[in-house]
Amino acid sequence: MVAAPTIRPAARRRPRPAAVRIRGRKSWTLTVLTTVMLIYTMLPLAWLVISATKTQDGLLSSFGLWFDGDFALLDNIGRVFTYQDGIYLRWLGNTVFYVVIGAGGATLLSALAGYGLAKFEFRGRRAVFAVILGAVAVPPTALAVPTFLLFAKAGITDTVWAVIIPSLMIPFSLYLMWVFARDAVPDEILESARVDGAGEFRIFFNLAVPLLSPGLVTALLFNIVVTWNNLFLPLIMLKDRQLYPITLGIYTWNQQAQTVGGDVVFNLVITGSLLAIVPLIAAFLLLQRYWQSGLAVGSVKQ
Amino acid sequence: MRMTRRRALLGAAMSLTLLAAGCGSSDDGTDSTPAKTTVSDADVEAALQAGGNLTVWAWEPTLTKVVADFQIKYPKVKVNLIKNGSGNDQYTALQNAIKAGTGVPDVAQIEYYALSQFALSKAVTDLNTFGAKSLDGTFTPGPWSSVHAGDKIYGLPMDSGPMALFYNKEVFDKYGIAIPKTWEDYAAAAAKLHQANPKAWITSDSGDAGFTTSMIWQAGGRPYKVDGTTVSINFADPGTQKWTGLWQGLIDKKLLAPIPGWSDAWYKGLGDGTIASLVIGAWMPPNLESGVKAASGKWRVAPMPQWAAGEKVTSENGGSSLAVTEASQNKTLAYGFMKYATVAEGAQSRTDEGAFPATTAQINADAFKNKEFPYLGGQKANEVLAEAAANVAPGWSYLPFQVFANSVYNDSVGKAYTGGGTLQDGLKGWQDASTKYGQEQGFTIQ
Repeated sequence: MVAAPTIRPAARRRPRPAAVRIRGRKSWTLTVLTTVMLIYTMLPLAWLVISATKTQDGLLSSFGLWFDGDFALLDNIGRVFTYQDGIYLRWLGNTVFYVVIGAGGATLLSALAGYGLAKFEFRGRRAVFAVILGAVAVPPTALAVPTFLLFAKAGITDTVWAVIIPSLMIPFSLYLMWVFARDAVPDEILESARVDGAGEFRIFFNLAVPLLSPGLVTALLFNIVVTWNNLFLPLIMLKDRQLYPITLGIYTWNQQAQTVGGDVVFNLVITGSLLAIVPLIAAFLLLQRYWQSGLAVGSVKQ
Repeated sequence: MRMTRRRALLGAAMSLTLLAAGCGSSDDGTDSTPAKTTVSDADVEAALQAGGNLTVWAWEPTLTKVVADFQIKYPKVKVNLIKNGSGNDQYTALQNAIKAGTGVPDVAQIEYYALSQFALSKAVTDLNTFGAKSLDGTFTPGPWSSVHAGDKIYGLPMDSGPMALFYNKEVFDKYGIAIPKTWEDYAAAAAKLHQANPKAWITSDSGDAGFTTSMIWQAGGRPYKVDGTTVSINFADPGTQKWTGLWQGLIDKKLLAPIPGWSDAWYKGLGDGTIASLVIGAWMPPNLESGVKAASGKWRVAPMPQWAAGEKVTSENGGSSLAVTEASQNKTLAYGFMKYATVAEGAQSRTDEGAFPATTAQINADAFKNKEFPYLGGQKANEVLAEAAANVAPGWSYLPFQVFANSVYNDSVGKAYTGGGTLQDGLKGWQDASTKYGQEQGFTIQ
């Protein structure tokens, strides 16, 4: 996504630094740079789209960035949905489920926690914040095996909870919401609401949430991407193919090429991957303007 | 079976879990007396009739049919066959489950190179308890010795990968290359082919631990010696040097295609003549049929090239066993299933489905030897492959931490393929890394 300097809803009410406005239109360097970025990000996508139209043989015998003789996209799509008794659809459903519960829950939790940390003074707040910042720095991959051992003790490996519970904790999302809540929710509003006798939860859901909505969408998109693309955690946690998310499922299809006697289905791996990113792209296009406004939060000091 | 390309991510997880496996091993390795037979064949049959639940972790595709047939024959047994990713993915999962103490399967597919690691950490059980000794002669020598550690038997061989030369006849004919009988011929063919067509190579190799060890095995090198927890690692022996001498020459003259095995580029190269031959396990034909459909009719099989004209020495490449885990609650039933899958009806069914058998009965059957492979131009390829199975050189052992060793192979030896030092230097680095790791795990390294 190229951050073209558009008018951001959330930024409108604060004075913009003059430099940005002046550079706005005609910067050759910027044009060249964004063009390079555009090509860099679009090329793999183009390859994916083109390759999805090829048969398994065509994939291996034709040039990667141009179409092959026969156009097999529809056939590939049909086979993706029917291969191995149509398990792809099940995997897709699982991913949607994990995303709705996991990313949705993570967004709600981080909104609550971020708002609480930003707007309430309490003992240990700095410590909590330090822990969150530290957690941002720890890659989830490093925690996967310890988490597995913990979950094995609790007896919930190889269940949907093994994927959902870790997905609920996304420290970066919490950090984002904390920064956003600090800037976007004026203390004055909260105080006047309290004076009027509103309860804390009512204040949060009726006053804070509307103000936080650009940040919420940003965090939600971020969490959706993280959860949608989650591979390593389910790989460690899940044994039952019926519970696999789409990433792990496609991974196992790809692995078949490295297994003796395995069915080599690179064409289905590629078409399956293409289909799997369509919902993500749709989510981005629909929520794009919120995403941009959310990213800008915290970059400008009021 | 073999050679999954390494994934850095998994490597990280492996090293964590291996510690647990290795630590437990140091105190029990000296005990080399095999368990006494306490469970008779009749007990096993009774367990099969009584029934129960079994969880089997295996990625071998032919087992799907075996499990279905098995449940028809023994309707009271319910087998839950879980395909848990191949090779390293499954070992990671298995070690995690063992460490966690829950969710351990009853039976697991374990490649030969990895079996001693699981044996030494007591993850899998000694099958002498079930009288597995009586299966002597049932399996071909290569795989049968691969499941032994001293007198203990830790798995039943499921398949076998005696090495042979798979070559693209069309390419060989086009450039007037004769089937190489010796490695000298092979090197000459490599030069001739690449000179005639700079976009064709005799084979591809960008560094593969399994291939390297199999080649050293054939050349007579025995770099690993294992006696309980006492291990020696020496890549300076004459056998190893024979192989590095040959292969270094091919690398220096850029006669090897720099294409990683099992990648899409590799399948492409096998199909379009870029990669003209493969020295690989006998399990290869189904992979060619499924992955390289376009080259149907072009490939043939010949015996593995030799170090001296007239010799007939081969080695094993890949192949895996089924093992009963120590954590299994129903080991007798588990053994019953394994025996069905590897010795009884299962062995035949799997052979019919295209697996390369490890059992002498299947390998010597006329129907097997006379089977014509349409993909291989109608060649009776099993004649060549069965002979390869009979000629596997004895006396090879893998390290009791080979899974780890293979995962760091590319850090040292891999460099030699990209011009960073020689193979022999790389192997020295690999030896040092393996030695260091072994010592950390409590092994005595001589």
